[in-house]
Amino acid sequence: MAKQVYYEDVEEGMEIPSLAKDVTTQQLVKWAGASGDYYQIHYDKDFAQATGLPGVIVHGRLKSSFLGQLLSDWVGEEGTVKKVSVQHRGMDFPGEQMTCKGKVTKKHVQDGEHIVELEIWTENPKGERNAPGSAVVALPSRG
Amino acid sequence: MTQGPAITDEVRAMIGATSEPDILEVERGAIRRYADAIEDPNPLFRDVEQARNSRYGEIICPPGFFGWPVKRSGRMGLTAKVREALTKAGYPRLLDGGVEYECFLPIRAGDTLTAYSKIADITEREGKTGKMTFTITETTYVNQNGDLVVKARGTMICR
Repeated sequence: MAKQVYYEDVEEGMEIPSLAKDVTTQQLVKWAGASGDYYQIHYDKDFAQATGLPGVIVHGRLKSSFLGQLLSDWVGEEGTVKKVSVQHRGMDFPGEQMTCKGKVTKKHVQDGEHIVELEIWTENPKGERNAPGSAVVALPSRG
Repeated sequence: MTQGPAITDEVRAMIGATSEPDILEVERGAIRRYADAIEDPNPLFRDVEQARNSRYGEIICPPGFFGWPVKRSGRMGLTAKVREALTKAGYPRLLDGGVEYECFLPIRAGDTLTAYSKIADITEREGKTGKMTFTITETTYVNQNGDLVVKARGTMICR
């Protein structure tokens, strides 16, 4: 695991380490089982195409969970993910690499907590940001 | 199917509807399965020894995971009724519009959560491919000690 990040290490405008995911149809099946979302557009190609989709698509919530990992990886054991908000704007497909990214928009101390606000998003190989959002985390301080 | 007004009287009447509470069990195996599905190697979600030695004292949930429902007819029942009414109005296609959640306390393996859901709003908008409706469901999760752990909002798009 990466070194623990502290509030003092963070600057507004900086990008946090990105997270790459090689999404496969097998992963969509594992996600269906782990999340309880059994909607067939995510693993049954005939069903997906019958609804007008080009093929099976990645679950929106799998994307937001990847973004959750982007944040929990960054805040480390001593940090806390406080708020996450993600919009599912467009379709992404298995077989394509998805990159999760984040950028610090604001940092401030509030009620004794060291708060960092971020813009977060997923990016597909075409550069489309189909799951944009924001997050609020609390980081430890060196004092 | 012809599309009439999306927010019919039947649909509008559902705004504010609440559900029977759902019960969710938070178990180590379910957390591990979730972490496997997203391919997240974080030991706080997988390694009991390491989790016990951390500030949490136990395996915790990854962000966005709130346990596995023992009963999920509350929230699902609510959104299914809205979806049925919107399908009747001519908007049968379903998409997940997004999620938002705010975490107040960690959720640990061994916790039991009670989830209270409500249809907060149903709105419509013209999109590039036609009219879209947005149903926002708000869910409040409370643990076995009565502490508020998460407030979440989900958006269901029907078009």
